Amino acid sequence: MSRKLLLENAHIEGIRYYDVYRKNGGYRSVEKALKMTPEEVVEEVKKSGLRGRGGAGFPTGMKWSFIAKPEGVPRHLVCNADESEPGTFKDRYLMEFLPHLLIEGLIVSSYALGSNTTYIYIRGEYAWIPDILEQAIAEAKANGFLGKNILNTGFDCEIYVQRGAGAYICGEETALIESLEGKRGNPRIKPPFPAVKGAWDRPTVVNNVETLAAVVPIINMGGEEYAKIGVGRSTGTKLISACGNINKPGVYEIDMTISVEEFIFSEEWCGGIKNGKRLKACIPGGSSVPILPANLLLKTAKGEPRMMNYESLADGGFATGTMMGSGGFIVFDEDQCVVKNTYTLARFYRHESCGQCSPCREGTGWMEKLLLRLEKGQGKTSDIDLLWDIQSKIEGNTICPLGDAAAWPVAAAIRHFRDEFEWHVTHAAEAQT
Amino acid sequence: MIQFSEEQLNKVSEIIARYPEGKQKSALLPVLHLAQDVFGWLSTETMDYVASLLKIEPIEVYEVATFYTMYNLKPVGKYVFEVCQTGPCMIQGSDDIIAYIEEKLSIKPGETTADGMFTLKAAECLGACGYAPMMQMGKYYKEHLTKEKVDAIIAECRSDISVNN
Ligand SMILES: NC(=O)C1=CN([C@@H]2O[C@H](COP(=O)(O)OP(=O)(O)OC[C@H]3O[C@@H](n4cnc5c(N)ncnc54)[C@H](O)[C@@H]3O)[C@@H](O)[C@H]2O)C=CC1
Ligand SMILES: Cc1cc2nc3c(=O)[nH]c(=O)nc-3n(C[C@H](O)[C@H](O)[C@H](O)COP(=O)(O)O)c2cc1C
Ligand code: SF4
Ligand code: FES
Repeated sequence: MSRKLLLENAHIEGIRYYDVYRKNGGYRSVEKALKMTPEEVVEEVKKSGLRGRGGAGFPTGMKWSFIAKPEGVPRHLVCNADESEPGTFKDRYLMEFLPHLLIEGLIVSSYALGSNTTYIYIRGEYAWIPDILEQAIAEAKANGFLGKNILNTGFDCEIYVQRGAGAYICGEETALIESLEGKRGNPRIKPPFPAVKGAWDRPTVVNNVETLAAVVPIINMGGEEYAKIGVGRSTGTKLISACGNINKPGVYEIDMTISVEEFIFSEEWCGGIKNGKRLKACIPGGSSVPILPANLLLKTAKGEPRMMNYESLADGGFATGTMMGSGGFIVFDEDQCVVKNTYTLARFYRHESCGQCSPCREGTGWMEKLLLRLEKGQGKTSDIDLLWDIQSKIEGNTICPLGDAAAWPVAAAIRHFRDEFEWHVTHAAEAQT
Repeated sequence: MIQFSEEQLNKVSEIIARYPEGKQKSALLPVLHLAQDVFGWLSTETMDYVASLLKIEPIEVYEVATFYTMYNLKPVGKYVFEVCQTGPCMIQGSDDIIAYIEEKLSIKPGETTADGMFTLKAAECLGACGYAPMMQMGKYYKEHLTKEKVDAIIAECRSDISVNN
C-alpha cells in the first residue's frame, strides 16, 4: 500500500466543498505558513526536495529562491493548469475532485513568493472546471483565507482563473505568459526566465497544479519528513494518469518506490493488460517521452527492475531509457501498431507547433506526411532514414522544447521498433488494410 | 448590431479588473469566450466590437482569434461533436467512432449538417485519455463512447432534451 498525501481524502463525499474539506484538516497549512516568514516557507519547500510536476522536474524550492525582488515591482504566481500533453489527465482530476487542495497550496505559495495577485491558467477545453475553482475561491474568501488581510496577518491575496482557448503550446510557461497577456501563444527565448521577467515583465513563478498542491503536505508535515518519502532525488508522491490497454485506467498516487511491473500488473494500480493480452510497449511520461518496448520497460539495460521514479525511468538515457515527464502513462498491448500511434503523435505536434521556428514548423509537417505514407503502406525504406534524419535536425534547434517533444517520440519509435516500420514497407498490401 | 447587454458589459469590466492597470488587453481571451457564448461565433464585426471594448487594434484581436482552435471563425451547428483522435483515444477505437458519426450524420469532420444541428470535428487530446474514446460537446465531455452511446446522444440532441449531464 503506497502512501497518499494528495488523494488521501479524494473519496470523501462532498470534499469539493469548503465545510467538508475544512473538517478533514483543510487549510491548516495556511494557518501554519502565515505564522512563518516567507523565506522560512521557501526553505521548507527546498528541504522537501519537491521537483516540478509539470514535466521538467526542476527543484521547486530552488526556483522560488530565484525569484527577483526589485523594489516596488509586484510579483506573480501563475498556476499552470493547461494540461494538454497526450496521456496526461492528473491535474484535471485534482481540480475536479479536490479544488480546495489546489487553492490552499496556492495561498501558501503566493505568501512564500509575495504574490498578491495569482492566476490559474487552465486549458479552455476544461470548460466546466473554472466554475468548480471559482466556487472554491469564493468559499475560501468567505472564510478569511483569501482577500484582504488574510488571518489578520496583513497578507492580501486574490486568485483569478483564466481559460485558454485550445493551444497545447500555451502549457509552455513563456507561451502561457504571452497568452495571459492577451496574445498568441508564441514562446519567448529563455533566459530571462519568468522568475526574473515574466507576466507584464514582472517576476513570475509558473508552477504546475500538482506541484502547488504538494506544498500543502510539505508545510503540514515539514520539508524534512516529506523528503523521507520516495527514493533519492525522487521525493514525495507523484500522480500518474494511466491509460491505454489496461484493466483499470485512472489517476493514481504513488510514492515512487514501486516498480513499473507492480504498477502495471498489480490490482492496486492498473490491474494488468486488458483482455488477457500481452504488454507490448509503454510511453510512461506523456506523449513526448520515449516509448519503450516491454523488456526495457520492466528492466533496465543492466537487468535491474525499473522503478517508477525520475532516475530509474531515465536510466540508460535515450538509448535504453525514457522519462518520468508529466506522468501520463500510456500502455500498449500486443495488437497495437507503433507506426500508427507515432503518426497520431506527429500529427498532434504538427497541429500544435506555433510556427515561429522553421525546424519545428517544417519538420513536424514533414514527419507527419512521411509517417502517414508509411502507415498506409505507401512508404519506402528510405523514408524511415529520412524520418530519422529530420527528427535529428529538429532537436535542440528551436526556441522551446516543443520541437524536441515532437522529435523524441519519432526517434524512440524507430530506435526500438524499426522492424515494424520496415514491415509496413515490405508488407505494403497488408499495411494498407 | 453586435452589442453586449448591460450585465455582460459589467462582466467585461470585472474581467478587466483582474489584470494590472493599463493591461486590459490581457482580458482578450476571456472576453472572446464571452462573445462566442453570446453570439455563437466570432464574426469580423464581433471581433471589431471586442477590440473597441478593450481599446486595442482590431488586428490584435484577429491575431488571437485565428491562433486558438476554440474560437469559431464561421458559424457552427447547434451541437458540436469534437471527437479526440490522438494516440490514447485512437488505440481505444476513436477512428470507428468518428466513422460512425460521419455515416450517421452524413458529414465529414469540419462539416455541419444541412439543418444546422450538428458539426463534427476531429480534435487532439482533450485530457480524458483514461476514459477513451471520448468527445467534447459544448461545455462538457462525453466519455467511454460506444456506437450505442453515440446513438443516444444524437437522439437526445434531436429531441432537444438538455443533454449536459
Ligand atoms: N504537463 C504537460 O502537459 C506537459 C509537460 N511538458 C514537460 O515540460 C518540460 C519542458 O518544460 P520547460 O519549462 O521548457 O523546462 P525547463 O527545464 O526550461 O524549465 C523548468 C522550470 O524551471 C525553471 N528554471 C529552469 N532554470 C532556471 C533558472 N536558472 N532560473 C529560474 N528558473 C529556472 C523554468 O522557468 C521552468 O519553470 C518537458 O520536460 C516536458 O516533460 C511538456 C509538454 C506538456
Ligand atoms: C510544449 C510544452 C508544453 C507544456 N505544457 C505544460 C502543461 O500543460 N502543464 C505544465 O504544468 N507544464 C507544462 N510545460 C512545462 C512548463 O513550461 C513549466 O516547466 C512548468 O509549468 C513548470 O512547473 P513545475 O516546475 O511545477 O513543473 C510544458 C512545456 C512545454 C515545452
Ligand atoms: S519549437 Fe515549435 S512550438 Fe516552440 S517556439 Fe519553435 S515553432 Fe513554436
Ligand atoms: S488522447 Fe484522447 S483525450 Fe487524450
